[in-house]
Parts: sequence; structure tokens; C-alpha cells
Amino acid sequence: MAVRRLAKEQPASFTFSAETLEKANWWIAKYPESRRQSAVIPVLWLVQKQEGWVSEPAITAIAKLLAMPQIRVFEVATFYTMFMLEPVGSAALIQVCGTTPCMLRGSDALMKVCKEKIGPKDKLSADGKFTWQEVECLGACTNAPMAQINDYYYEDLTPENLGQIIDDFAAGKTPKPGPYNGRHTSEPLGGATSLTDPKLYDGSAAKPVKIPNFPAPEVKA
Amino acid sequence: MAQTVSGILQDKDRIFTNLYGFQDWSLEGAKKRGAWNSTKDILSCGRDWIITNMKNSGMRGRGGAGFNTGLKWSFMPKEVKDRPHYLVVNADESEPGTCKDREIMRHDPQLLIEGCLIASFAMQAHTCYIYLRGEYVFERERMEAAVKQAYEAKLIGKNNIHGWDFDVYIHHGAGAYICGEETALLESLEGKKGQPRLKPPFPAGAGLYGCPTTVNNVESIAAVGTILRRGAEWFTSFGAPNNAGTKLFCISGHVERPCNVEEAMSIPFRQLIEAHCGGIRGGWGNLKAVIPGGSSVPMITAEQCEDLPMDFDSLRNLKSGLGTAAVIVMDKSTDLIRAIARLSYFYKHESCGQCTPCREGTGWMWRVMERMVTGDADPSEIDTLLEVTTQVEGHTICALGDAAAWPIQGLIRHFRHEIEDRITLYRSSRSNFAGHTLAAE
Repeated sequence: MAVRRLAKEQPASFTFSAETLEKANWWIAKYPESRRQSAVIPVLWLVQKQEGWVSEPAITAIAKLLAMPQIRVFEVATFYTMFMLEPVGSAALIQVCGTTPCMLRGSDALMKVCKEKIGPKDKLSADGKFTWQEVECLGACTNAPMAQINDYYYEDLTPENLGQIIDDFAAGKTPKPGPYNGRHTSEPLGGATSLTDPKLYDGSAAKPVKIPNFPAPEVKA
Repeated sequence: MAQTVSGILQDKDRIFTNLYGFQDWSLEGAKKRGAWNSTKDILSCGRDWIITNMKNSGMRGRGGAGFNTGLKWSFMPKEVKDRPHYLVVNADESEPGTCKDREIMRHDPQLLIEGCLIASFAMQAHTCYIYLRGEYVFERERMEAAVKQAYEAKLIGKNNIHGWDFDVYIHHGAGAYICGEETALLESLEGKKGQPRLKPPFPAGAGLYGCPTTVNNVESIAAVGTILRRGAEWFTSFGAPNNAGTKLFCISGHVERPCNVEEAMSIPFRQLIEAHCGGIRGGWGNLKAVIPGGSSVPMITAEQCEDLPMDFDSLRNLKSGLGTAAVIVMDKSTDLIRAIARLSYFYKHESCGQCTPCREGTGWMWRVMERMVTGDADPSEIDTLLEVTTQVEGHTICALGDAAAWPIQGLIRHFRHEIEDRITLYRSSRSNFAGHTLAAE
């Protein structure tokens, strides 16, 4: 388990923006009427997108919106590690995957770059622009080592790539997500060893097919 | 010199024809590749036919446990009574090493949506939730767009062209590995902490909102349409008996070219690596150990890999498992103790805290493993550690306790001598070793 507590300094109030509220209602509509609580994770996420982090007044407001006890929202906010309970960097939140598949491919070197350029992990940088963390497996292991920066994945990184990416974010740019070693996604570097048959893509697969083992006609209610 | 090795599976027999996203992901592109082809005919065969054919295909759940998918579906109540039925798709792909469902969702989302419709029809569910892990923001945006396209084309929704009213909703988590456990996922979907439920009742009896529910992995569901279109016999023609079909493998770690690839089940390990990954980094002789099915399964040694068929039963015979077919390769430069200690940290971090053996045990095991990494331990502690893993294993509500124990057991089973050497090295560098008392910390 990870011990997670709310920040010591909390804002006085929280208000949903019109956009957040609209999206929140769109989420709530996905669940049965009596199950508004189901939307708590998506709504916490929307609030984090609006504010950058999750504060105590926001938790209170979400509890009211979803008609659930405040303690239940508090539980969810502290249980799930994607909710930032303190303010994070304004330019970028960098989450470097440190689990074994990435470790084997050099995530230590990526974290060293972060430490040098930004400072200690889990702390807001001196200029307030960056926060970096070591996180657990992000599910892009064939593209290791990688990091999630704000919302998207930056994959197949080298320390040099990551250094450049951090500099770009600092300069107000948004570098392109995806693999940084020249491949398209998760195919073998240098070209795919499968899915090269053009017949797969000529439309022949869309022609009507006879279903094998088609049952003898039978009337069923 | 190196001769070219090819895989077993031919392109015409691959299910995920846009695995790498070189083609159009949209509905139009997916239809051209065969998605939604004759789906109505499949539904017209009836529920029992679908479940029987899925059983006959021998598809074993692709989420790691390897339970027959068709059989799982048959556990749902035959009649819908007062409570609606639900299908929930487990897209909380978080097992270290695994990154296959992500490719399906961002590159072939229509196959998944089609599978949801067929599976829901077979289990008389009108609603399906797809639970994505929170970190997959791009994949979620893609899935939302794909669902929208399917609604607009009337493939799903009320009064759709398939004649089975059906809604698909995308849901997401927020970074908890445990939510990949099916009952924790349901708790999370209900807006609570992701803590697994005691079973029974099983989800098929009381799942989401207390209603009959089946939870399936993305890969299992996304393959359904193609399996039924091409026939159960087509699917069983790949792989060894009882290990049928094609499978997405995620190969990471010390291979020349890590990649995802769809191959026939039971493909020999060496062929898989040499055909698609350019071999082991530094040559076959440089291989040290392999974690063959995601971080939760025990590692196996290079010697065991020589002619090893990659399937459920072969790996079980080696006291390991196919799991999610996430192959983590480690060459001779690897500090195996550290690699496993990092996994121990992972499980300590991801334990939900509900059961004492897991909550306390994962932290204890991690702390001891960290000392093993430096060698600051007593040789007798290796047995103590092994003993503790067996006390965690099987004594928790869900399998996370087992998953935390197995990697350590695999390490000690095959590489005990490395731990002992590390301890000796640590002691030999100190002139006066005072002895190390066994501490709980």
C-alpha cells in the first residue's frame, strides 16, 4: 500500500467549471440512475484536469454532486494513485515507469535525468513548472523505457530524448508523444515481421462469409 | 551466421490485423478488414450455438487465468429475472510486461465492440462496461470515438441493425493494479476502493450492482467475432491440444527488438524470439532467465527455454505459467535479485491493504529482498523468506498475495546460489562482520 494524505495547505473553496460540470453529468448518465457513485473516479479525474490536483473542498463538492458520503470520496481519492493530492508542476507532470521491464531497459538513467533537471522526486520543482515521479508499470513494456507526461506516453526513450522533452516543456512547447526511436508503435524496430500480406487490406475480408457450423434452421422464441 | 527464422502463423490467420496501427482504425477501415462482417448471421444462430462454439474453440481467457471463455459464459443464469445481466470488459491492463490490450483498443477498437455485442447477446446482457486503466488516456479517447462511430452506424444502441438493444459504456480507473482482479474491478466500477470481494458469490451470480455479471479480458472478447466467423475448428487448428488458438505475445526486456506480435499458441520460445525479436541481445548464449507470463509468474532458466512451447500447460509443468503471455527476457548482465526486488516493491505498492498476510507480507518480503540485493543478510534468511512466501500464498482473498510470492519463489528455486554469493561478497568486504540479527523490518 502507499500512504497518501491530503495536502496540509488547502484552498478555501472549490467550484466546478461549467465545462467540468457538463462532462461530469455526461459521465453520471452512463450509470443507472440510482448508481451515481459509479462516476466518482471519472469526476475526480475531471476535477484534477480542471485544478491540476484534488483538494479537500473539491472532495466535498464531488460528494454533494454524486450524493455520496464525503468519506467515500476521500477513500477513493487516497486509494487511487493517479489522483494528485498536492499541486503539481504547471508545465508537466512526468511519471517515469520504474517497474522491472522498464528497469531492464534503462529507466534508472531516465530518472537520473529527471533528478538532475528537476530535483528530488515527488516534489514540485523550485520554479513550479515540473513534478516528476517514479510510477509502477504503465503497460507499454515493449516500448520501454517510457514515461507518461501529462496525459500521454513518451516511449523508447533515451536520457538525451527525455532531457530534450523536458527542455521543450519548459519552453512552453508540447513535444510529440509516441516512440522516440523511429518506430511507429510496438512493431519490431526496423520493420514489422508480420501483417505484411497486402491481401489483408484489399477489402476481401469484408465480402459476405458463410458462417461455419451454421445450425440447422430452428425456431426459437 | 544467423539464419532467418520465421514464425508459425501466416498473416491470413491473424485476428488482429491492425495490431501496429499502420491501417485505418476507424469503423470504415475496420469493416474493410472484416470486422462486423456477418455479425447478424452469427447472432441469428442463437445464444446456445454461440456459447457451444466458443467452448468448442477452446479459447482460454486471455487475462491470465486461462479459464475457458465459453464455459465462463455458460455460468450466467439461463433466464433474465428481476436483475439485468451485465458484461464487463477488463481493460485494466496492469500486469508488468503486458501491453497487448492497449494495441487492440487503440488500433482495432471495432473488433472489441463487435465482440462485446456477441458476448452480451449470448449472455442476455443489454449493457456492457469497458473498464480501462486510467493511464490509458489516448486509448480511452480512441475507444470513445469508436463507440460513437458504432452508435452512429446503428451497429449498437437501441433499435440497432442487429436486433439486440445494446449499450456500451467506457469507464476508467485511476492507477490501481488490483482493479485488474475481477471483483476489485466491479467494486471500482461501483465507485469504491478497489478491494476484492470474497467469492462466492461469484460475479455470474452477484456481480456489478449485485446483478449477474461476466468479466472478460479485452483480447478474449475482441477475438470472438473472428473465431465464430471462421469457425471453432479454425481456432483449434493452432496450438497444442487444450491450448488452442492464436495469442498476442508482448516481448520486452533484453531482446534485440522488443515487440508485440500475434503468434500461434505453443510456438517454441526460441522461434518466437528469433522470428520476431531479432534474438536475445548478445546472442542465444547470453540468455539468463525469462519471466514468461507477466510479473506474477515464477521465472524459468535459459536451459528450460531451449525447446519450450509457449502455452498454458507446458509452462505450468515448469511450475510457471503463461499468464498474459508477457515475456520478460533477461540476459546475463541482469541483476536478477534486483529485478525481483523491484517486482516485490511493485506488489507492496499495489497491495490493496485488505488482507493482513498480503498487506504486511508484501512489505516484509520487499524489505528483505532489498537487503538481499546488497547482500546485507544472513544465508538462513533465504529459507525464512521462502517460508514467508508460502504463508502469504493462498491466504488472501485474491491472487495478489500469490502473485507477490511466486516471483521470489522462482528466484530462490533457480538462483539461490546468486543470493548466497551476494551475501558472501558483502561479508567478505567487511573485516569484522558482526552477524546480522533477523529483524522484522
